[in-house]
Amino acid sequence: MTHQTGMTPKTDIRMRVRNLKVKVADSGDEILKGVSFELQAGKVFALVGESGSGKSVTSMAAMRLLPEALVITDGAVEVEGQDLFELSESRMQTVRGQRVAMIFQNAMTALNPVQNAGKQVAETLRLHTTLRGDALRQRVLQLFAEVGIPDPDSRYNFYPHQLSGGQQQRVMIAMALACEPDILIADEPTTSLDVTIQEQVLELIRDLTHSRQLAVLLITHDMGVVRNTADEVAVMYRGEIIERAVVDDFFHNPQQEYSRRLIDALPDLTHFQSVAVEQPLLQLDDVKVYFPIRQGVLQRVVDYTRAVDGVSLTIGRGETYALVGESGSGKSTLGRAILNLDDIAGGRITFKGEPIQSLPRRAMLPYRKKIQVIFQNPFSSMNPRLTVGEIITEGMISLGLGLSAAGREERIKQLLQRVQLEPEFSQRYPHEFSGGQLQRIAIARALAVEPELIICDEPTSALDVSIRAEVLDLLQELQREFGVSYLFITHDLSIVPSLAHHVGVMRSGKIVEQGSAQQLLTNPQHPYTQALLASVPRTDPA
Amino acid sequence: MLAYIIRRLLYAIPILIGVNLLTFTLFFVVNSPDDMAASQLGEKYVTPEAIAAWKTKNGYNKPLFVNADAEGLSALTDTIFFTKSLRLFAFDFGRSESGRDITTDVSTRMWPSLAVALPTFMVGIWVNICVALLVVMFHATRLDRWAVFLFVSLMSISYLFYIIGGQYLLAKTWRLVPISGFNADNQPWKFLILPVLVGVVAGIGSGARWYRTLFLEEANQDYVRTARAKGVSEISILFRHILPNALIPILTGVVVLIPSLFMGSLLIESFFGIPGLGSYMLDAIKSQDFAIVRSMVFIGSILYIFGLILTDISYTWADPRVRLT
Amino acid sequence: MKPLVLWSDALIYLLVISLSIFFYKLRQDPQTRERWGQVFASRLGMVTFTVIIAYVGIALLDSLHFRRALDATEGVESGEIFYDNKVTSVLDVMLGGMGERFERTYSAPFALKSFEKKNMKDEQGLAIRDYPPLKHAGQYLADPADKWFDVLVKTTAALLWGLVISALVVGVQWFMLRGSANPWYASWGIQAVIICFGVWLVSISHYYHVLGTDLGGTDVAYQSIKGVRTGVLLGTLSTLIMLPIAVTLGVMAGYFKGWVDDVVQYLYTTLSSIPGILLIAASVLLFQVYIDLNPDFFSIGMEKADARFIALCFILGVTSWSTLCRLIRAETLKISQLGYVQAAHAFGVSHTRILARHILPNVVHIILITFVLDFSALVLAEAVLSYIGVGIDPSMGSWRNMINGARSELSREPAVWWTLSGAFFFMFVLVLAANLFSDLVRDAFDPRTSMRSSGT
Repeated sequence: MTHQTGMTPKTDIRMRVRNLKVKVADSGDEILKGVSFELQAGKVFALVGESGSGKSVTSMAAMRLLPEALVITDGAVEVEGQDLFELSESRMQTVRGQRVAMIFQNAMTALNPVQNAGKQVAETLRLHTTLRGDALRQRVLQLFAEVGIPDPDSRYNFYPHQLSGGQQQRVMIAMALACEPDILIADEPTTSLDVTIQEQVLELIRDLTHSRQLAVLLITHDMGVVRNTADEVAVMYRGEIIERAVVDDFFHNPQQEYSRRLIDALPDLTHFQSVAVEQPLLQLDDVKVYFPIRQGVLQRVVDYTRAVDGVSLTIGRGETYALVGESGSGKSTLGRAILNLDDIAGGRITFKGEPIQSLPRRAMLPYRKKIQVIFQNPFSSMNPRLTVGEIITEGMISLGLGLSAAGREERIKQLLQRVQLEPEFSQRYPHEFSGGQLQRIAIARALAVEPELIICDEPTSALDVSIRAEVLDLLQELQREFGVSYLFITHDLSIVPSLAHHVGVMRSGKIVEQGSAQQLLTNPQHPYTQALLASVPRTDPA
Repeated sequence: MLAYIIRRLLYAIPILIGVNLLTFTLFFVVNSPDDMAASQLGEKYVTPEAIAAWKTKNGYNKPLFVNADAEGLSALTDTIFFTKSLRLFAFDFGRSESGRDITTDVSTRMWPSLAVALPTFMVGIWVNICVALLVVMFHATRLDRWAVFLFVSLMSISYLFYIIGGQYLLAKTWRLVPISGFNADNQPWKFLILPVLVGVVAGIGSGARWYRTLFLEEANQDYVRTARAKGVSEISILFRHILPNALIPILTGVVVLIPSLFMGSLLIESFFGIPGLGSYMLDAIKSQDFAIVRSMVFIGSILYIFGLILTDISYTWADPRVRLT
Repeated sequence: MKPLVLWSDALIYLLVISLSIFFYKLRQDPQTRERWGQVFASRLGMVTFTVIIAYVGIALLDSLHFRRALDATEGVESGEIFYDNKVTSVLDVMLGGMGERFERTYSAPFALKSFEKKNMKDEQGLAIRDYPPLKHAGQYLADPADKWFDVLVKTTAALLWGLVISALVVGVQWFMLRGSANPWYASWGIQAVIICFGVWLVSISHYYHVLGTDLGGTDVAYQSIKGVRTGVLLGTLSTLIMLPIAVTLGVMAGYFKGWVDDVVQYLYTTLSSIPGILLIAASVLLFQVYIDLNPDFFSIGMEKADARFIALCFILGVTSWSTLCRLIRAETLKISQLGYVQAAHAFGVSHTRILARHILPNVVHIILITFVLDFSALVLAEAVLSYIGVGIDPSMGSWRNMINGARSELSREPAVWWTLSGAFFFMFVLVLAANLFSDLVRDAFDPRTSMRSSGT
């Protein structure tokens, strides 16, 4: 790594962003209000913030890749003493990929779907180096090996969709590193990956930072990622950096209230819900949900996808059962099966001792009152054409709660107040609310029919960290108040300790381990549980 | 893949039966052979005897579905449905009301149709893609907006105006090419230039606009951002990343049309006097020759279904993500 | 005078009333209002919408029909009043008898003499062959050379009148729409242009044939305007007939899946596998045979033509539902997976209620986009179908009847270009306005495109 003379005394500063300002071209709203930071060789600088805080805009602005709707109004981005904003577009193209490289969230869509993996990496090399032919191929294979892609020779010809999520992200990293850049910008590189793979990719980035003396800008919303990966951290809030510190200091002594909220959202593996012996409310006994696989000329069913393959569990009155698993483990399907939205292929579901599996629509109605649901995406779980009031009353009307119109009106008000919203909101439409508010409305909707069990299907995963905690607190309050039970479906082990009494870990349609939260989280038996647990970021440097 | 194709072919059978039943209902139930005879004979000559004679001559004197008079299997075969409709499955189109052999007509007339339709199709796609690419390069500029306006204007002009205008300008005013006609032996290209040109120009508006939308849709994908971050120039992004991806919907959108090229274009052929299937159909419609219309409906459906299967196969060819099972 | 309600008149007014109610209902939904707001916030939206409304207005005026009472025959005393077999519309009255000033045959725009020579007798009674003067074009002029000066004077007068009327019309709107953020001025500009043009056309048609006359000597400008009703009605009625079929089947297939879906898919694949033009042609021919064999059904020619027209709309509608059906099926499939439908299931809401409350309102935007898109396609298709001989009855005013003779007219020397141009102009403006408007509507209502325009 050579450095030009005339740099600042601290020669390992690779990129200096100064007073960066960006605004929306049409409305003039400021998105970035003067952001400044430096990237140093061999260090990971994390920019954390919630959605809309401007962290991705910062990175795109630094690379001059902003969409047309946004314009840079002020500031400078210096790389080796050269302001990138003053370069011509063609010069800038030699900077991108060669000096500054980027990796993105969701590698599946960030890779060209109709070009094979090897070619995409080779394209970068072709652009910035003189490598051609076999030498080019060899270099790509070498890079594949470096980022840990197994069997590089055959993977070279794979299309992105043929690779696993982790491998796709590795290809992205190989592509970024191909021309040995000094600076790497990683925009939420692990967000769409499962926890266990997330950890591997972060480790790769950490290793490469040291081995190649990269200066890394890591953009993330996940404090756990910051804790495990970054050297320095800056918190972004509404287009500004409000706090900046070395990672250890930051986690032990955050200066800003907002930073503290972010840190508090990390799990505390020392406090658990106490488990009392309760009578069972819902029991699953060897429940199976199969989806047929059809093949051949006549589309006969040749096999089944065993989405849920013999699950047994018990949820007691007034307790929370957390069902943890990665995407595709069958946990959401199980929730739908309990609600009788998917047919089950075998097993028994008993609610208060009564079997409720495969009941016809009418016979199921009394149980619909008792079992309710909250979905993951609050934006799609409300009909945009109904008012909040209409949304909440829907269940009361269809399940015949026997309230008069005025009585329903009164109940809507109570419910909205109970979930800490204004009663006047009942006249408004869903699109006027934020995700957190919508999720409260969803809770009110579920509570409206006075259920005894609510199936919460990833209710907080679409929400920002600081709001997540509020919604979880509300759910717990309601549990204490109404004695309602929860089946809490989540991929995020970190929210479990404060919330759940019992935990089940699900993988490939089966529960691999279950028990009380304390027992499972402090002394996991199954290797998969251990792996999951190991990848959970935590405040205490374990 | 093979299993898939076989399944699709099997699936085509009920569809063709459906088409057959529908045309049968239209031609023989809604509109009885008596009505047909009456309108063919003309009002003055309608007498019960004349109708009966016409029906016998054209083979419409049988019952519709079940022949109670006949015995055994011929109770079902000696019916209008069997002789007029089911025969089509064996590609036995019979004779037109004017007594010509339809199969011969179709096989001779399909080549002139193809001679016009195929070049129009190929040149059309090529021109549309080029125009769309050019416009996309100037995306979000004044030029782009005016180009879109121009496309919409071109789309808003009836096909008839293109034909009449083309004939008036190129053939009548400038005398560059013959106005109409077709001679397969003597310089056929001379007669093809104008219809192909008119066909291509008439298609630019909607075609280029559609392709522009497809290109822009791809331009907003994540992988384009990745390519930019790699330092790929805008031109290379357009040709190496956007074009191959946008070709998938373009290809699969047009493949369904390929088999129907045999059918030719009704308007172009009749205006330019090209003896293809298009003008054949038009003549049949104008002379109310239902036997020909029925056969052409059947052929058209087969070609369409064939096009659908080709579309699916072209998906696997163009898009590595698609596997047919 | 005796009012006459044709079937198509009744249908179009029914359509206008139900559309008004529909849009009034839709206004209460905030999202829909916001999106329409987006359409009308652009000048292009205002302009195209005004043009479309103008066309629809002409079509509606042309749909109020009556038959004039015939003057009692002299000497015959009878209490019975006889009515003219010719049907007149309110529009004809407003055009000031434009359609009643026939010439013998072709004449060029603003010409004073006929296009073709004719054997005549001059003042001395000698047979000569010359261009005869027209009956209704500038015969009051002392010297034919004054023609253009006369046109100029009359144009100025007409434009002044036009401006006065526009000022009134715009003034009233301005007063009523004070404080609106939408670019109404764009609409007002176009309104003024249309009003001035209309006033000019009607007033000057008393003295000249602005667009000449056709083979039969009818004023071409009059014919072009009469073609508006056919174009507009065909576009709207066909779509209207198609909507219930497409929506019902599409929603059912997407929601119930299983065998319902299989059946619906089978139906539309079968239908769309038949070459559309053949299916339409065959159906129209069959209907023609039916009309021919039952001539007693219709008392006057106009009613027969109208029946044929409605049949055409019906056939176009029935044969073209498959595209919309496919779109609605796909959208319903998507919506059925969304949280709010799942939540409704979890609340035990009945299927009919889910369909009515959750599914239907959320596919309305597709119906709307298709309606506007198909409109222009159908107007264009009519010209083609008529060429094949299965379109509008020739006795009904239609643009294609004007295009039909264009080939032979253009091959004359000098070419007769004005009939074609008249049809071209009126058709092009309508289709262009509809296409541009539909683009805006789609941008506003299609989430994919609106995402694109937000630039992220």
